Amino acid sequence: MADRRVLLQASGLTKRFPGVVANEDVSLTLHEGEILALLGENGAGKSTLVKMIYGLYAPDEGEVLIKGEAVRLSGPRDAIRRGIGMVHQHFQLVPVFTVAENVILGDEPIRWPFVNMRKAKAEVARLAEEFGLQVDVDAKVEDLPVGTQQRVEILKALYRKADILIMDEPTAVLTPQETDELLNVLRGFAANGVGVIFITHKLREVLAVADTIEVLRGGKVVGTTTPADTDAAGLAQMMVGRSVLLTVEKSPAETADVVLDVVGLSATNDIGLPAVRDVSLQVRAGEILGIAGVEGNGQRELVQALTGLRTCRAQSITVNGADALGKSPRAIHAMGVGHVPEDRETDGIVGPYSVADNLVLDRYDEPEFARMGVRNRGAVTALADELVGQFDIRTPSSETTAQSLSGGNKQKVVIARELAANPALLIAAQPTRGVDVGSIEFIHSRIVAARDRGAAVLLVSAELDEVLGLADRIAVMYDGRLVETISAEEADRGRIGLLMAGHTAEDS
Amino acid sequence: MSAKWAYTLAAIISALIVIAFVLDQVRTVSVLEFSLRYAVPLILAAMVGIICERSGVINIGIEGQMLMSAFAGFFGAAATGNLILGTLIGVGTGMILGAFLAVGAVTWKMDQIIAGTVINILAVGLTSFFYVQGQVLPGTTPTVTIPGLSSIPLIGPVVFSNGLFTYAALIIPLLLWVLLFKTRWGLRTRSVGEKPSASDTSGIGVQSFRFWNVMLAGLLAGMAGAYLSIEAAGTFERGFTAGRGFTALAIMIFGAWNPIGALAAAFFFGLTEGVASQLQADEVVAIPQQFINMLPYVLTIVLLAIVSGRVKPPAAVGRPYEKD
Amino acid sequence: MSTIDPAQTDLGYTDPDPRRSGPLDRLPGIVLPVVSVLLAFAVGGILIWLQGVNPLEAYAVLFSNALGTPEGLVRVMQKSTPLILTGLAVTIGLRAGLFNIGAQGQLLVGAIGTAWAGYHFQMPLIIHIPFALAFGILCGAAWASIAGVLRAYRSVSEVITTIMLNAIAIALVDYLASEPLKEEGQPLTRTPAIADTAALPAFGIVPSGFILAIVVAVFFGWFLSRTTQGFRFNTVGLNPSAARYAGMSVKKTIVLAMAVSGGLAGLGGAVETLGVTGRFEPAFNAGLGFDGITIALLARANPIAAIPAALLIGTLRTGGAALQFQTGIEPEVVDVILAITLLFVSAPLVARLLFRNRNIKQTTVTKGWGA
Repeated sequence: MADRRVLLQASGLTKRFPGVVANEDVSLTLHEGEILALLGENGAGKSTLVKMIYGLYAPDEGEVLIKGEAVRLSGPRDAIRRGIGMVHQHFQLVPVFTVAENVILGDEPIRWPFVNMRKAKAEVARLAEEFGLQVDVDAKVEDLPVGTQQRVEILKALYRKADILIMDEPTAVLTPQETDELLNVLRGFAANGVGVIFITHKLREVLAVADTIEVLRGGKVVGTTTPADTDAAGLAQMMVGRSVLLTVEKSPAETADVVLDVVGLSATNDIGLPAVRDVSLQVRAGEILGIAGVEGNGQRELVQALTGLRTCRAQSITVNGADALGKSPRAIHAMGVGHVPEDRETDGIVGPYSVADNLVLDRYDEPEFARMGVRNRGAVTALADELVGQFDIRTPSSETTAQSLSGGNKQKVVIARELAANPALLIAAQPTRGVDVGSIEFIHSRIVAARDRGAAVLLVSAELDEVLGLADRIAVMYDGRLVETISAEEADRGRIGLLMAGHTAEDS
Repeated sequence: MSAKWAYTLAAIISALIVIAFVLDQVRTVSVLEFSLRYAVPLILAAMVGIICERSGVINIGIEGQMLMSAFAGFFGAAATGNLILGTLIGVGTGMILGAFLAVGAVTWKMDQIIAGTVINILAVGLTSFFYVQGQVLPGTTPTVTIPGLSSIPLIGPVVFSNGLFTYAALIIPLLLWVLLFKTRWGLRTRSVGEKPSASDTSGIGVQSFRFWNVMLAGLLAGMAGAYLSIEAAGTFERGFTAGRGFTALAIMIFGAWNPIGALAAAFFFGLTEGVASQLQADEVVAIPQQFINMLPYVLTIVLLAIVSGRVKPPAAVGRPYEKD
Repeated sequence: MSTIDPAQTDLGYTDPDPRRSGPLDRLPGIVLPVVSVLLAFAVGGILIWLQGVNPLEAYAVLFSNALGTPEGLVRVMQKSTPLILTGLAVTIGLRAGLFNIGAQGQLLVGAIGTAWAGYHFQMPLIIHIPFALAFGILCGAAWASIAGVLRAYRSVSEVITTIMLNAIAIALVDYLASEPLKEEGQPLTRTPAIADTAALPAFGIVPSGFILAIVVAVFFGWFLSRTTQGFRFNTVGLNPSAARYAGMSVKKTIVLAMAVSGGLAGLGGAVETLGVTGRFEPAFNAGLGFDGITIALLARANPIAAIPAALLIGTLRTGGAALQFQTGIEPEVVDVILAITLLFVSAPLVARLLFRNRNIKQTTVTKGWGA
């Protein structure tokens, strides 16, 4: 690698924000044809680093050399001109525009005074062909599946003749099979001389495809290595700084009666298309049923249907025998169902409210906390203080506004609230998304503790490792259906990966 | 409103107009002329709304822009003795207030509805304070009749014999449609209103696009206001604009944020008002005057109730853009 | 979507950077409105000076006329009463995330409804007054509920519908007062006078309507911070998604909030009718409706703070009437002062000059169209 041309050299990059140093003295080198993996957990500073390289942020200290030339980037346009292309984790595509329109946005071919759409479409089609990225240039992006949308993102970079490609968590939304396809595409780019910076927190991918691995932690570089010189455990150690339990310790499940019984549930999504198709499942007290699957296969709608936030049709939905079909969120909650929503910022907490008010958000009008419509502040504070201690929520006091808490602590507030009510059924959707590793361990242990206390737990997660680690039984959701349910012992990563991609037993 | 409904409605109304024309030429033409005159400020104001909202900024202050412009245009013309100068003053006033909104909503990231409301309140306050009685315009605006075309039955006298403002109101929506959907400016503007982060990462200056669009859209608001006091009424009164700026927003929604759709919707509005007025003048129906006055407002609410939820606004409208 | 958590310190939460706070940052939230008012007076002073009058003299005339005589004080209290109530109306709406620009129309509907209840019935005073007031409240509430229902169930922006309803109300009450409810035997557009048993008494020079308005303001201050229904209003206003997820009915809360808001404005009209005008007489008010908004924003959506804000405006409007007679300055200068006050309060212009810590909580209503 060292004998190839250096495409990008960053040295001593530092970036500070109010109250936090996002990157400190970070350096990296990217050669032609090299795949460099930037590894680190959430909040380690990977995104900030590449945003500086891409011109979205200006470094406070340090410099960036692109193909030997020191630059002060004025913005993404500048970076693009110099050959840097970025494929974002959350796609930066305009949903109502077509593929072609999205690709050319910002660099439109002109036949004055109009945009030359014919030329645009031809060019995009040609690029797609050349790099093996199948796509329909006239399709509206919002109608495309996620894997295809990502191709559009990549085409955007290629259209601008990028020879340095930055990919931010590109496999977060892909099935294992789509991931393998993407990694192959990247190897192809590298073979063509393009340099790739690949940001991820997934150890397996890093070991599979990277030429060089750089590990970030707390904003600093803690190690640079190659796949030959390390392994998953070693990388995890570098990422977190201490031995990390890669699996959750738990005793075997002791199950009892069926708590949640769903037969024939169907639901549509926000635009009226079928999202959940005839799903049936059961969760018993004392067990964790994990639903694995790539996001966007109906999990969200399923959880919303079960918690009363979305209308649905079903033969029956019962919680401990009581009918839950068509009931309001309030009523379902009263049946002993706790819900940790997948989007805590919009659904789980009210930012400007205190931690205390957030902790009683679902119980504010119960007799303990309010009488005849008048709230009992003292009781609320008392409970809040207790929960803050129990759940190790890092906050100066229970009166602090929730907004100022870190992601992990906000999630702990949500978990604390739901578990404090001792639910018979806990539905947890993406419970550790955007949460630091320390809090992840804590939250996992609490979920297992709830299950040991006799709660039935329905866990929905796009993180296969989380499901494999926590669940007693695993079901895979694909295209709105539950394709198979197996016990944790029988679960095999490869097989589940295939199921997540829609391959059924007949296909193999 | 889905396209099929809109076309069906348009077809039915066109058919009714033709039938009415056959039955009573004079009255039909008269109603249509009234309708068009009524629609002109609504069309221009709706264009303002469309430009701002397609860029992602809600402009509640169109009413205030129109009011100030009507005031400035009228008194400007009276003071300078020159209609053209007065018009320019009016148009310029609209742009100045547009700049106010741009600074407030885009640069300072104020709440957009509050920013617009402040403009409305300012306009009411300033026009009341500086109002002077007894001023008159130095003449009337010319009516331009296009030879040949104005002889076409039904459409001729209505469309091709009008003041300049009216011609502008008919041409501008077509121009805006082309600009919005066929040019680079249009593509970028729409991207800024739908998904500003995508525009930003494509190297488009979100804030500057929004700023300039909002400010320049003010020119059209100024035109709408100047039309009211200079061409339409020839005078100015306190509270002159009577809610047209808000009705224009409803028209924008009803037209699905499409300039041609808004043009049709505004005309439809004007038509309703025209028909109602004609029926009342002919004493075909005995409706108290106040209910005629109410009609456009009731219609606005009814239309919004039907259409809301079925038309999608630009996805990022109303939210100040924060870089991540 | 922030990739950097605001709090990656070991504390787990954000520590406001002590280097960035100025001494002014510890001042209470009252500073901004007060400074805005003073600055607006300065601007108004310039306008007055441009007309050839000494601003200090003009302001002296204004305030002494309003506050220096018993008649002036009574007038200030009378004028402030509907202002407190419409300010409350907008405030309650804002807290629930709604922008009620229709307080004017709701007030008119409440006024005429109360007038009818006042002249149409014969009852002992102790029943007649509450009955007439309640009727006015209901009229205002019903009127606003139209917008509330449309917002809750059809996602129609209440900003447009309340403005439309304003215009409809103006036309409607004009019609009612000139035909079905018109006072016979005279040409003016107005209703008959209310019965003596419906008239609001005064306590000394203090009108009972004024006292009522203050009591209502205090009540709603308590309501919003201490009751479960108030909690619902606040939650729906801050985060409707979270409210839904927490089991609150967002739709019902929106309708209720608009109804309460309209009821308050209706009460404003009712008190005006029973306590001041004694009948319903449509009068053209170009800007009255917007005063409620100015008050709500000056008061930062706090019901108790609406009282001094309303008193300020009431004082200005009372004193402003004397300005023309004594100094030749048009009373509309008050409109300009108020508009500029609103500008300074809501635009982060004065705030940025005063405070180095830019995290001033801005009032936000906009969520796109009926989101």
